[in-house]
Amino acid sequence: MAVLQAKLDAAEARLAALDVAHAGWSAAARKDAATRLRAMGLPVKRDEYWRYTDPTSLTVAAPVTAALFDAGDEAPLFNGIDRVRLVFVDGVFDPTQSDDPTTAGVELLSASTADIHWAQGLYGVLEARGQTPVARPLAALNTAAATEGVLIRVTGKADKPINLIYLHKSEHSDAILHHVVKLEEGAELTLLENGPGAARFNKVLEVDVADGARFHHIRAQGRDHERRAATHIFARLGAKSLFKSFTLTANGVLTRNEAVLELTGDDAVAHVAGAAVGDGNFHHDDTVFVTHAAERCESRQVFKKVLKNGAVGVFQGKILVKPGAQKTDGYQISQSLLLDEDSQFLAKPELEIYADDVKCSHGSTSGAIDETALYYLRSRGVPLRQAQSLLVLAFLAEAISEIEDEAIAEDIRARLEGWLARHDR
Amino acid sequence: MGNVVELDVEDQIEVREGVDRETIETVQAMAGKYKHGWETEIETEYAPKGLNEDIVRLISDKNGEPEWMLEWRLAAYRRWLTMEEPRWAMLNYPEIDYQDQYYYAKPKSMGAKPKSLDEVDPKLLATYEKLGIPLKEQMLLAGVEGADEPRKVAVDAVFDSVSVGTTFKEELKKAGVIFCAISEAIREYPELVKKYLGSVVPQSDNFFATLNSAVFSDGSFVYIPEGVRCPMELSTYFRINAENTGQFERTLIVAEKGSYVSYLEGCTAPKRDTHQLHAAVVEIVILEDAEVKYSTVQNWYPGDEEGKGGIYNFVTKRADCRGARSKVMWTQVETGSAITWKYPSCILRGDDSQGEFYSIAIANNAQQADTGTKMIHLGKNTKSRIVSKGISAGRAQNTYRGLVTMHPKATNSRNYTQCDSLLIGDKCGAHTVPYIEVKNNSSRVEHEATTSKVDDDQLFYCRSRGMDEEEAVALVVNGFCKEVLQALPMEFAMEAQSLVAISLEGSVG
Repeated sequence: MAVLQAKLDAAEARLAALDVAHAGWSAAARKDAATRLRAMGLPVKRDEYWRYTDPTSLTVAAPVTAALFDAGDEAPLFNGIDRVRLVFVDGVFDPTQSDDPTTAGVELLSASTADIHWAQGLYGVLEARGQTPVARPLAALNTAAATEGVLIRVTGKADKPINLIYLHKSEHSDAILHHVVKLEEGAELTLLENGPGAARFNKVLEVDVADGARFHHIRAQGRDHERRAATHIFARLGAKSLFKSFTLTANGVLTRNEAVLELTGDDAVAHVAGAAVGDGNFHHDDTVFVTHAAERCESRQVFKKVLKNGAVGVFQGKILVKPGAQKTDGYQISQSLLLDEDSQFLAKPELEIYADDVKCSHGSTSGAIDETALYYLRSRGVPLRQAQSLLVLAFLAEAISEIEDEAIAEDIRARLEGWLARHDR
Repeated sequence: MGNVVELDVEDQIEVREGVDRETIETVQAMAGKYKHGWETEIETEYAPKGLNEDIVRLISDKNGEPEWMLEWRLAAYRRWLTMEEPRWAMLNYPEIDYQDQYYYAKPKSMGAKPKSLDEVDPKLLATYEKLGIPLKEQMLLAGVEGADEPRKVAVDAVFDSVSVGTTFKEELKKAGVIFCAISEAIREYPELVKKYLGSVVPQSDNFFATLNSAVFSDGSFVYIPEGVRCPMELSTYFRINAENTGQFERTLIVAEKGSYVSYLEGCTAPKRDTHQLHAAVVEIVILEDAEVKYSTVQNWYPGDEEGKGGIYNFVTKRADCRGARSKVMWTQVETGSAITWKYPSCILRGDDSQGEFYSIAIANNAQQADTGTKMIHLGKNTKSRIVSKGISAGRAQNTYRGLVTMHPKATNSRNYTQCDSLLIGDKCGAHTVPYIEVKNNSSRVEHEATTSKVDDDQLFYCRSRGMDEEEAVALVVNGFCKEVLQALPMEFAMEAQSLVAISLEGSVG
């Protein structure tokens, strides 16, 4: 009981430190979210869902600090890709560095105060659905208190990808962004996200993928060593729709990425993948919850982690197959490569299945680099470091192959190679 | 153990080509439903209903225990009062009223402890005989006759709260092996019991283990001295007979350096409309180079099709591989009980120690099972292997829950886990909840899990060979479980195979 009270008190303290008074179309949704949060409280380490990740620094009311990262002369990610750039500096939209959002049909959450808005049917709605069976208090906090975000409605095929760029310029910044994406029937969009966002970054992305629509999502979370992030993706998939999301995480003292996907239309496909590389003070948590609520759907979870010098990788993945969701094909793989004695991999890959005609499997492995493969490469004249780097990239390849666009995948690979070269012992 | 059905198959059925004889026997054995649901009419002496310190004292007094044992029980009882019943398992059952149970029931005829099996109430002997467990030493277990050398199995028979008798005691004594009721061991070998009791599962371990520590009435004690290979298999057979009575048995097995023992456990209960509580604790201590095999066929009354009645089975089993190169192997076939909550675990403390867990869990009708294992790797070069087969039918829910943890110092260790689930029908559920914690990089951990339904092609093949649907399903399921069935001692394997079929009865169509 004492634990619950502490959680509730923490939620009150956090809400009190934020400005949650909003007018306009999102006000009711925000109020509901605050009520949800007040009922569940903020997470603590003793919560089963936070068993492997200590949420304290994500929940404390006081801001946390993170030193800034100097990328040197490295070219920004996705530079060679024709895209619409929307830049947020420490969680605040910066029109001077951005392309004109209206050209891409994008509205800003902060600017849209009308009483009626299409996003009203979505803002906080998928987040609220995602609160059962497991509570996600940081997402409710986000819905209640988000200051900025983008509202994107797509009909047809979007001309070019939309790129949300999150710059971190202040050591004490505490940003809360909430994006809503609605893909109408048959629409298609690629959403790119990159950058650390802030010293502490709480982000929610709600995506409604209508029948036959296709959504591609690729993000890189920034390399500021001390940054912290809690992100959630809530997606609802219609019949014959496609959802693909890939995340690259390099560095960051604490990252918790949750993906909550619900396949509600028959024949939908959802893939979610992640590649994480960490050196030293790095704690990375991928928490995924896929619900199959329709027939003949396919879901894939592919998560790979490379860890060294005491880095910690966490994977909590779940496939829930509801009664009647026959012919489900669910697959889940979580693997880690531990490059030295001090790193850890903690995993809880779950299946919960209530339909009999399904094919579901999961696999999880953990171990060191394969000495035989290393020996083979070296015996062919490949220097040790290069051989190691080659094997690490090969290990991550299955996750990266979830990116359909080859140019984008190449960018991600180059990023990883750069990281490996810098973090070579 | 239970009933090993002997069949004179060849007289009745023409063996078809491509179907081996064993298969037909298995399928034939499906004849009855729950076979052990009858009750023995015997005068029973109960302790007053409910649980309090006086009941704990009474149990201790009935067993003629020394003071230290009573204190140990009371400490557990007081601790239990402060604990909350765990609710994290995927099990749905109404609140248990711990005051609405009898904690001690004993056949009146056991009032004066019989000195030998010849003095035991014939009704009790007949009960075990009917269950297929002969308590006469000249009789051997059915199903193993015809082996070149007849195999002996020593049996400790526990009936409600008391041990009825133990066979082959003298012969075992010659080898230095102690095999007796734990109540007897507390009186006869207090130093051994004191040293090891609660050393693997401490009094405060969990809600049900703590309850057991307070009120356990009997169970078995096994001590295998250094370098001794136990000359026969040991077995305990648990029977719940009395109504509204919980059974709380405690088993302690100590395997000294270089010793070996294979231990079998069986359990059944009569059909009743009300739920009955069973909360057991098994502790195993394994020293250097010793090996223990522990096999269970759990066949408690599962309740009827609607979920009325059945045993609530909350069991804590743990083996501590304390010595280097020690080895434990858990094999379980879980077919009974309305609720199963059971995670036989291995603490791999000694360097190069090994733990294995083979499990078949079948849940049919309204049964719910949440079972699995824990492999805790602490020593260097330790190895563990988990093979779990879960089968769900009817409206049943079946969960595998397991933990594999590689401690930072457990370098060069290995784990391989395979959990497969099979669903029969669209109203049941199959779930997998593994926890994997790897804290060093020289260890390898591999986990695989699959969920599927009974393969239509296989069913079609069997049907086209003239089997009916239930026979075909039983055959396919037995094939699915093969890896685990092979890990069982022979006399268990045969029984388990036929149990698999019986447990699934009525699941098709």
